[in-house]
Amino acid sequence: MSPVLSIHDLTITFGGLDALSKLNFHVDEGEIVGVIGPNGAGKTTFFNAITNLVPPTSGDIRFAGESIVGLDPYHVTELGVARTFQNVRLFPNMTILENVMVAQHCRTHQHAFGALLQTKAFRREEREIRERAIEVLSFFGTRLIGYRLDQPAFVLSYANRRRLEIARAMATQPRVLLLDEPVAGMNPKESAELTALIGRLRSEWGFTIVMIEHDMGVVRDVSDRVVVLDHGETIAQGSFDEVSNDPHVIEAYLGRPVEGAS
Amino acid sequence: MSDTAPPKDLFDQDWRRIVRLGAITGLSLIFVALIGMLVQLDTRLIIRRYLSLGYLTIIWIPVVAGYLVSKEVVLEGVTPNRKGPSDVLAGALTGLVGGAGLSLLVVLIDNFDIRDPLINWSPQLLDQLTFAKGIGFGVVIWLVIGAGLGLFGSLSHVVPPLASRAVNTALFTIVSVSILETAITDLLQGFGLSFVTDVVYAKRGALTLTSALVLGAVVMAITVAASGRGRELRVRYDALDAPRRKTANLGLWAAGVMVLLVLPLFLGKIMNELLANVGLFVLLALGLNIVVGLAGILDLGYVAFFAVGGYTTAVLTSPNSPWISPQLPFVVVIFVVIIAAAFVGLAVGAPVIRMRGDYLAIVTLGFGEIVRLLFLSDWLSPYFGGAQGITNIPPVDLGFAEVKGSDPRSVFYLVLFFCAIAIYVSWRLQSSRLGRAWMAIREDEKVAEAMGINTVTAKLAAFVVGAILASFSGAVFAAKVGSIFPSSFLILVSIIILVVVIVGGMGNIIGVIVGAVVLIGVLGGPKQPGLLQELGTYKLLIYGALLVFMMLKRPEGLIPSARRSHELHQEEFLQDAWLRGEVDHDAEAGEGDAAT
Amino acid sequence: MTAVRVGSARRVSWVDRFLTGLRIVLIALIAAGLVAFVAQQISVDNPFARWRNPDATGLTGDQLKGLVVTGIAQGSMYGLIALGYSMVYGVLGFINFAHGEVFMLGAMSGFVASNKLSANGYWESNFFGSFVIVVVIAILVSTAAAVIMERVAYRPLRDSPRLIPLITSIGVSFFIQNAVLGLLGPNSHSYPQLPEWLAKSRSILTFEIPGTKVMVMVVAALSMAVLWWVVERTKTGKAMRAVAEDKEIAALMGINVDRTIVLTFAIGGAMAGIGGILWGLSFRSVTHLTGFLPGIKAFTAAVVGGVGNLGGAMAGGVSLGAAESLGPQLILEPLGVSGVSQLRDAVAFTALVVVLLFKPSGLFGERLSEDDRT
Repeated sequence: MSPVLSIHDLTITFGGLDALSKLNFHVDEGEIVGVIGPNGAGKTTFFNAITNLVPPTSGDIRFAGESIVGLDPYHVTELGVARTFQNVRLFPNMTILENVMVAQHCRTHQHAFGALLQTKAFRREEREIRERAIEVLSFFGTRLIGYRLDQPAFVLSYANRRRLEIARAMATQPRVLLLDEPVAGMNPKESAELTALIGRLRSEWGFTIVMIEHDMGVVRDVSDRVVVLDHGETIAQGSFDEVSNDPHVIEAYLGRPVEGAS
Repeated sequence: MSDTAPPKDLFDQDWRRIVRLGAITGLSLIFVALIGMLVQLDTRLIIRRYLSLGYLTIIWIPVVAGYLVSKEVVLEGVTPNRKGPSDVLAGALTGLVGGAGLSLLVVLIDNFDIRDPLINWSPQLLDQLTFAKGIGFGVVIWLVIGAGLGLFGSLSHVVPPLASRAVNTALFTIVSVSILETAITDLLQGFGLSFVTDVVYAKRGALTLTSALVLGAVVMAITVAASGRGRELRVRYDALDAPRRKTANLGLWAAGVMVLLVLPLFLGKIMNELLANVGLFVLLALGLNIVVGLAGILDLGYVAFFAVGGYTTAVLTSPNSPWISPQLPFVVVIFVVIIAAAFVGLAVGAPVIRMRGDYLAIVTLGFGEIVRLLFLSDWLSPYFGGAQGITNIPPVDLGFAEVKGSDPRSVFYLVLFFCAIAIYVSWRLQSSRLGRAWMAIREDEKVAEAMGINTVTAKLAAFVVGAILASFSGAVFAAKVGSIFPSSFLILVSIIILVVVIVGGMGNIIGVIVGAVVLIGVLGGPKQPGLLQELGTYKLLIYGALLVFMMLKRPEGLIPSARRSHELHQEEFLQDAWLRGEVDHDAEAGEGDAAT
Repeated sequence: MTAVRVGSARRVSWVDRFLTGLRIVLIALIAAGLVAFVAQQISVDNPFARWRNPDATGLTGDQLKGLVVTGIAQGSMYGLIALGYSMVYGVLGFINFAHGEVFMLGAMSGFVASNKLSANGYWESNFFGSFVIVVVIAILVSTAAAVIMERVAYRPLRDSPRLIPLITSIGVSFFIQNAVLGLLGPNSHSYPQLPEWLAKSRSILTFEIPGTKVMVMVVAALSMAVLWWVVERTKTGKAMRAVAEDKEIAALMGINVDRTIVLTFAIGGAMAGIGGILWGLSFRSVTHLTGFLPGIKAFTAAVVGGVGNLGGAMAGGVSLGAAESLGPQLILEPLGVSGVSQLRDAVAFTALVVVLLFKPSGLFGERLSEDDRT
């Protein structure tokens, strides 16, 4: 089976500095891959390259066998790659419902004329968008629904913002979901809960997931495979246990034993 | 109000604050006097024999200063002093310092002649400042007036709130009734109630002192009697459930539409003319609201689309068109106008739409000028008539009625029709897939794109919808005036529409309409006089000052959209939510970090 | 999940095609105009010369040189104003639309001062002394205006989204224009004549240059040199550059950010004031509207040179001046456009669009902090 997302010799240079150099990577349909590495290893740049927020200097990124280098970011999302951001970037003044509704933009089709003439098709689509939004939000229990639906997103707590951001990414109906530090800033209980949800994202929703995470507990619990980046290169990959015993990885984390690996 | 400290001692004053505010007041007074408002606007009377618009532009300043000097920002943990005589004294002193500015001006004008650069450094000004009673009198009287007005302003801190509200409402009503004289007279005449006019207004215009006093007393009585009723209504409205509220809204809209349909029948030519002008600007403002308010694109060359609508209509209908002159009927032309506006919208929009927001603003401004310069140029004058423009644009023949400039009522109805379209379009698009995309782009363009929105097409759509609405306004404008010149399409027009949208409340349909009615109706458009036609070019000064003031003090506008006010007052919103117990505490986390 | 359609090729939207087309058309038009112009210069009889414009006459060498000199002189004034836009954008990240009015205030106060001096006869008897007085007054007025503007209108808005201070500055601009209209009246005000010895033309490197233009270029170059010294060599300049890079870090390094921002406005205002004097002396008449067009063009110059880049602003100004002066004659006239002198402003605005289409960060590169680049 060919990988759903594969990256070949990807290099990204910022002013002479290689953020990523000759990176190779692939993820198969239905896999959960954890991407770890010390700060500055190029993890977020890696996501930015896939979603084309940063153009690659050289190399190729293939989604379902087709190259997606040079496509506009919205087009990549339309093909089926959705992401969250490390520093949560919601639409803070739109309501929680609207945040999720607007993410279905590329899956819906009604243009201005439908809205102006209030056609049957338009009203049906609006209803579907709403229903799907609530369905997605319900995935997180009661936290984001009920009276919350019509509140602006900025009232949410940090953890709920992260949840809403995942919901928004889910609403774009992706095949591959890129999660950038999904549990950052959460307490142990919340991150355990979210870890369980990430597992369900695959089993119930069928997403393939690539996840950047610093919390090794979460990485160990959900990842089928772990990829370690350092200085823009893959220094190790394999199961969590293999990787955590790899001397290169231990060295990259400054000789300290990897937290949570024991 | 139990947690206030006793009032301060009479002479325990913040002297620096008084002097600073007094100096600012004095400088403002001198400024208003020297730009000539006092003299030029003296011809328009508010209360016959007692108060002219010119003096009005002066006297409000010390009042506001007197109010501000004792206004404190209440900080948490600090017990504010109860207001008392010391605050009144502060107000009076501030006013006194301010008034001293004018006294000084009186002395200076009397002794020096710098009329050469300053055109208003004139004997008339001196006359008006001294009430023609000599220098000594002038010097003393402004000290007295200043202190009195400052004292009056500070009184609102010490009298009961209801009293101060009653007085403010009464003063506001008196000034409004006087400003609206033309409108009210006209309306009363339409209803056959001219005798009321004769009672209220003096023969040669303006309120009489008696009528002003009676009016003030009546309004005060009503305010006191009706106190709290407004809030009660508001509460009752908020308590309605969704379907009932919908019915109530529908009822309000229907009533508004009925009034708009019936009102012009009772109005004379001048008022209908004013209404037609206001309507043209409402239409423009609604269009710009889509571009600026919904999609967040600051288009300063918006007037270009107004011009495209006007010139397309002129070329296609006028027999005097120098190029092609098919003399098509308006109903056909309007479709061509739509196509032309959409085309120009795309052609202007495509190169600019990817630029940074502020660059886009200046480049569109450049485009606005380019369009005007091209219409003006000799090069294109074989097509568009150059500076001579295109004249003899025929009236709009609708089959059952004819819309022509000499019958402003018909123009108003035509404008109303287009405004209805604009309102419908704004309303429907706002809550559609496209409208949500615009909102997302306004919030965070990068993320919007990463969430699958093609930002380029969405923004272009906003540009084009705005362009089409503006072109409608241009088309009606051409038919109304009957001729069209490049000088009608200065950048000034764009800016005034922007002020209207911002003052009214960006992103809010009602706000924008109210903004246009108040500003264009009272102050006037770039070339169209409003009710205060004596203002002349001072209205541009007021537009500029208003724009700055609104951006600093109330950027969400007079009638903000709920969303805009969240955006600008997130903390307050969070406080309210907290009081309602709706703040996100994240119970399990035990940390209520709702605010960032 | 719903099946996802996979696009095979890069999607080139119609917007991209339109822009590519526009670029090609623009280059083609400019090239065609230039070819026709060169053909005219060689001989007016050849078919290229007469291609679009049967009445073509071509320009004499002196005319051409005259246009170049006019362009450079005009452009160095744009450059002086552009410095203010560029510095404020570099430090605060917004367009101070009212900067054009600061320039106008300089020109106006220069008029008032020179007019008074002329009435006393001092202007004629001691031109150099009067010139210094006038310049000092204009600089004081412009600087004060810029600083007050910052304090009253922009400081409270420092952390708001960048369109908010831009809109505010439009209001400020409008207000100042109409305040000056109210104070000084609608008539255009005339600067006194320059003394004969200064105004007369002189011949430099075969260019016949009117003395006024020599003066404009010399004063602009001197001001630029002083500014360069301040920004690159003094502690103040270093603070300005630090604040432009990152306000918070600069504050942590012990730099007084407020003071530095005020200084930025003050220096920009002073440059605009000098520009205003030069404008008044070159064109003799000033009105309350004098600031509008040069203001926008100076902003164009700042963009052309790359915002935040001071050398770029000056170079951008000169390039724009040259484009505006030469463009109509070298490109439009040979293409058969009539009345080209009316289109000078349109050419300047088109230059802005052209630069942003081809090189959005300006000819010489922007110098902005990360935040201001999006």
